[in-house]
Parts: sequence; structure tokens; C-alpha cells
Amino acid sequence: MRRIISILLENEAGALSRVIGLFAQRNYNIESLTVAPTDDVSLSRLTLTTSASDVEVEQITKQLNKLIEVVKLADLTDGEHVERELMLLKVKASGAQRAEVKRVADIFRGQIIDVTASTYAIQLSGTTEKLDAFINALSESVVLEVVRTGVTGLSRGEKVLAL
Amino acid sequence: MKNDLKTASQSELEQLSGGDMLVRSLQAEGVEYVFGYPGGAVLHIYDALFRQEVIKHFLVRHEQAATHMADGYARATGRPGVVLVTSGPGATNAITGIATAYMDSIPMVVISGQVQSHLIGTDSFQETDMVGISRPIVKHSFLVKRAVDIPATIKKAFYLANSGRPGPVVVDIPKDITNPADLHPFEYPDEVSIRSYNPVTRGHSGQIKKAVTMLLGAERPVIYSGGGVIQGEGAGLLTALVKRLGYPITSTLMGLGAFPSTDPQFLGMLGMHGTVEANNAMHHCDVLLAVGARFDDRVTNTISKFCPYAKIVHIDVDPTSISKNVAVDVPIVGPVISVLTEMLGLIDLETKAQGEHNAKHLADWWAQIEGWRGQECLAYESNTSVIKPQQAVQAVYQATGGGAYVSSDVGQHQMFAALYYPFDWPRQWINSGGLGTMGFGLPAAMGVQVAFPDAQVVCITGEGSIQMNIQELSTCRQYELPVKIINLNNGALGMVRQWQDMQYEGRHSHSYMDSLPDFKALAEAYGHVGIKITKPEELLPGLEAAFALKDQLVFVDIEVDPNEHVYPMHVAPNGSMRDMWLKKGIRT
Ligand SMILES: Cc1ncc(C[n+]2csc(CCOP(=O)(O)OP(=O)(O)O)c2C)c(N)n1
Ligand SMILES: [Mg+2]
Repeated sequence: MRRIISILLENEAGALSRVIGLFAQRNYNIESLTVAPTDDVSLSRLTLTTSASDVEVEQITKQLNKLIEVVKLADLTDGEHVERELMLLKVKASGAQRAEVKRVADIFRGQIIDVTASTYAIQLSGTTEKLDAFINALSESVVLEVVRTGVTGLSRGEKVLAL
Repeated sequence: MKNDLKTASQSELEQLSGGDMLVRSLQAEGVEYVFGYPGGAVLHIYDALFRQEVIKHFLVRHEQAATHMADGYARATGRPGVVLVTSGPGATNAITGIATAYMDSIPMVVISGQVQSHLIGTDSFQETDMVGISRPIVKHSFLVKRAVDIPATIKKAFYLANSGRPGPVVVDIPKDITNPADLHPFEYPDEVSIRSYNPVTRGHSGQIKKAVTMLLGAERPVIYSGGGVIQGEGAGLLTALVKRLGYPITSTLMGLGAFPSTDPQFLGMLGMHGTVEANNAMHHCDVLLAVGARFDDRVTNTISKFCPYAKIVHIDVDPTSISKNVAVDVPIVGPVISVLTEMLGLIDLETKAQGEHNAKHLADWWAQIEGWRGQECLAYESNTSVIKPQQAVQAVYQATGGGAYVSSDVGQHQMFAALYYPFDWPRQWINSGGLGTMGFGLPAAMGVQVAFPDAQVVCITGEGSIQMNIQELSTCRQYELPVKIINLNNGALGMVRQWQDMQYEGRHSHSYMDSLPDFKALAEAYGHVGIKITKPEELLPGLEAAFALKDQLVFVDIEVDPNEHVYPMHVAPNGSMRDMWLKKGIRT
């Protein structure tokens, strides 16, 4: 099952490599990873997605917690949560394609953030499935380049992951 | 320079160089001994060591041996072993020893020199990314970026190494940080706290209660104890618990000595080379209490066939050990001391209220166990022409009166030592169980001898293993470490050969050791005493003569039967714990 694990990590050199190294060392997989400092500069927030069974995810979270630099973590998929991913695409936009691409982008509430005579750069955010759907909706021949940030998220309601 | 702003009190502090700060920090931690080897990146530190007399340094002949010496010291005393090595090759030579300590949760602090800060990342001379290379085999590591951080870093390193589940901690220090020309105010912190590291201090009371109820209601109970009991200083309490309950107990290779092996309640070691009674009791038990053990694959045999009838209680200080390999019914995360203390209290309360209600079942269970024990699985055939390795270990037991610290290397001799030398106290048996490092035995024994200069320290080894750190005979000479080396010389990589006999139709692919040295002459060349024993009747007198030389290292080279196998041995693959080979071609 797909899991979203959100981690508060000491914002120190080497901390990230321990998290990533743990996954490699123990043969767990990482599907996506995003990391940046938080409002508290001593902490980074790292969100990673992995697919694992209940037993595996229990080991993964315990092993992560054992890393000295991991301050706190939560498996967002344990409860209700919101998740988003940001995607930027460069697409061909010439001739008849130009209008068609814009129309599809509008339907998905994508924004065109850069324009040349023959290309658009489009920004889109949403769940992983929505971004996938957008790519599928565009014909393969128009997509020149895709870059995605990976998933980040929060649990819903009162629950917070903070110190 | 962040530290220009000195407060009044800071300016009154002693001004020291980074190298001196490091040494003073180690002194403040109560470090008596450092095991190491110098080189460019640590010369400032070595100079600081030279100018003091509190800490004694042992110069090894290879950095791997420094780590094993520190490890042996730590295993025997419970105090962290301290290692000092230079950058690059010094650091990489230490890796095997760090991994060995990591696998067995041994407290160790390894200080490695690093190239100067401004050279890091430039592939400079003797540069290696020590923090990166050691990352998967340390509990934690630090790269020190400023000299003023040295005291707090050392404080943290010792705290981490020796709390919770212990383990090795690496502190990598660039050379410029220890520069004698740069002085900084020195103050060693009294306390340490790390916000993201809070080892549990006691187990969950509700879980402990559940465990006690389950244990008292058991009909066929077994206690399975591991190295964590020794590391957690829980041996006395465990023994009290086992005595109080009257239940059978078995131990992992790492846990031997936590409960006295000569006690009738002890079933012997369990696992791949465990006894028939221990492995059968495990297989048939209805309640299993695992304490400080981690259900290693060398114990469980095929996981899906492990303890098919048992409810399992598992006490461990490390939550990741719980339900990692085997799902357990009552997990208890906590230090063995507090959990066992609480359990003992509850057992008294409960039995007062309800009486010892399982006495009949327990008597039946013991009768069944005695049946297995009656098979005498450790019996072996001896004769007058060739020395059996088992016999040699028993003779060592006799010659030492059972009172020696015993280290071993890895192979058949290790299993014979574990099975035929009954260990009666914790920390008596010093052995690389997790990583299985050949070359561990001699330097580990040296570390024990350093800790206990007057104790009898024996290294039971094989002619393969001993040659992996044989150069340390020179270190033993320099520091007069009178270790007794018992070389069970079967002229082969015996354990490898045993597997080749059993699984590869006897094709001995590169398990034969041609051109062995004359070990007696070799020992003598290093300035020690060498004895060679080839006949059974020479065995005991030869060993007694060796142990009589209290102040000298004696290398006892014993020619043993090259065809002997270690039995029992689990049937694999797909066997359960009770499926064992008992002799060549004979299985359960
Ligand atoms: C450093 C290292 N390399 C290889 C092995 C694999 N290995 C395990 S036992 C063994 C043979 C050991 O031979 P010896 O020390 O003579 O002991 P014996 O089994 O003959 O008693 C080997 C090669 C190991 N455990 N450690
Ligand atoms: Mg051998």
C-alpha cells in the first residue's frame, strides 16, 4: 500500500543522507521525496512516499525514529489527510495544438506561466492521480518536459506534526 | 569568527587547543585507555596525548585490531571502548571493527582524523568520507566543524554510545580543528540532552502485567535470553526470575553466561548449533519469553515454522527489534533491568494470590525436556590417537577451572567453545556473534586483558582466523599482555569445509589452508612462548603448563581432528528448530 511519511528532521548536514541511506540499506523503496526547512529553521520537513505492507511500514517508521536526527514523524496515510504535488510541464504549442493545450490546461486548472511562439510552460498542482490524468489527457507528442516535486501533505483537522 | 564575543565567565576559562580539548574531554568521560594508530591527520591529537598521563594509549599493529581491542574492553567491562585512528586508510581499516561492534550493540567511540576542512571534498591525500562510509554501521556519527564544538560532541558521543541500545559512534575531526596554535575556552558540559533521542526508561506496565499472567499460566514455558541481557546488566535479575519460576532457559550465542551454564535449568545454547533439548523446547513451548534477543536467522531456522505453538513475550530496549522477524503477542519495550524488576514484583503478588497453579504441567514439561537431554547430543567419540576439538575445549575448561574470560574467532572452534566451555557469568564469553568476524578473537582478548590485567584470558581460535590479526602478537609483546591463545588447528577453514561436506558433496573449494606457519616458532619469533600439542595424552599437561605461565603469552597450537563436524546442526533450508543433524548422516 502507498504510504506518505512525514518527518521532522534536524536541519543539519548529513541528516538527509541518513534517511535516504536507511531506505537503501534496508531494501525499502522511496517513490518520491521532498524536503525543505520549516518555519523553525532548526528543522526540516521531509515527506516521502513509499509502498509497503503494514508490517513493513511499522519497521520503516521504527527504523526512521531510531535515527538520532529524526525528531518526530507521522504516517499521514494512517488518517485523513490532504496531499498535493506540484508539476511544471513544457509542451509544444504551435498551430492547432496551441488552443487545444490551453483548453485542456484550463479544464485541469493549470496555469500557463511561460509562453514562447512554439511552447507553453504549464504549472499544475493536485494529487498525484490528477497530475497523471493531466499528462494522459495531453497527447504524448506535445509533452516536451515534465518536472514534479513529489508529494507533500498534512493531516486533516486538529492533528499537527510539530514540536 | 563566531566566538569572538566572549562573556566574562568564558574568558576566565582555560584556553586550550582542539587537540587538548579532545584529550581533556576524554579524561572527563573517565576514559582510561585509548586503542589506536597515528597518522598525519591525528598528529595534533597524539601530541596532546603525549603531554598527559591520565589516559594510556595502546599502539596496535593494524587499526582493525584497535577497534576489536576497544570492543573486547567494552564487552568485558560494559564501558565504552575508545579508538583513535587517522584519516583515509586508518579510518577504512577500522570499518570491520566498527561493524562488528554495531552488530552486537557494543558501546564504542571511534575518533578518526580527517583532512583539513578546506581540503574536504578535493580528493586530497588520505581523504575518505568516513562519516559516509561508516553511516550504515554506526549508531550515530559526527563531523566536527569547529574546535569549540569538541566538548559537547564528545559528551554526546559517549551518551549515545552507552545509552538505550548501545553501539559505536564515530567522531570525525579535521586536522585544522585540533591545531595547537588555535586556543579556545574549554569547559566540559555536565549534562547532555538531545531532543530527538529519548531512550525508554521503563516498560509499559499493562504489557508487563499481561506478560506475567501469560507466563504464570504457561504449561510448557521457555525463556530465551540474548546478548541484550548482558549489555543491559540484567543477568542477575534474569537469573532470579528463572530461579523463581523454575522454568527452563536457553540462550543465544551472544547471551551465554547471563544465566549460569552449569545450572540444571539451563538447556544449553539454541539455534543453528543449539542443543537438542534447547531447540526442541523452543519448538514445543506454549509460552516463550524472549529477553534481549532478536530472533536472528541463526536462531529461528525457517521463520514460518518457528515456535508453532507459542505465545511470545518479547522484552527489548530497541523497538525495531520487536516484530522485525517474528510477530510477537506481548511486546515490551524497555530496559531489561526495570522490566524484569517489575515482573518479579508482580510474580510474587500473583502467586501469593493464586498459588503456583501450573506445578503439575511444569513437572510434565521438565520430564519431556529431560528425555531430550538424555539423548546427550554433545557426546562425541574420542580416541587415543587424535585430539578432538571438543576435547580440547573441555581440557581448557578444566585447566582454567572454568574461571577464564574466553574470546573466540569464527568457525567450528567458536561453536565448540560455545558448546563445551560452560560460561557461568555475564561478560565471560567475548565473541563476534552478529557480524561473525574472523580476526576478532586475539585483539578482543587483548582488550579484556587490558581491562583485567590479573585475569586469565583465553582466545580460542583456528589457524584460519588467528592469521587475520596475527600481527598483534607484537602488540602483546610491547604491553606484556599474557593472553593464552588456544589454536584448534584443523589445517582447514573448518566451518566452510563442514558446509561443503554437507551441501556440496565434499568438494572442498578453497577451504584448505596450505603452507601454514610453524605457530610455535612464530610465537617465539615475537618473543612469546609457543607450545605444540599433537597427542591426546599431552593435552591437559600441556595446557596446565601454559596456564602456569601467568605473566607470559603462550601460543598453544593444538593439532585437532580435521574431519570433525559441529553437531547438532539445523537442517536447512525449510527446517524447523527441532530439525537437526545429530551426527554425520544422522538426523532427527
Ligand atoms: C573475515 C571473515 N572472512 C570469512 C568468513 C567466513 N568464514 C566463517 S568460518 C570460516 C573458517 C574459519 O576457519 P578457522 O579459523 O580455521 O576455524 P575452524 O572453522 O577451522 O575452526 C570462514 C572462512 C568470516 N566469518 N570472516
Ligand atoms: Mg581451522
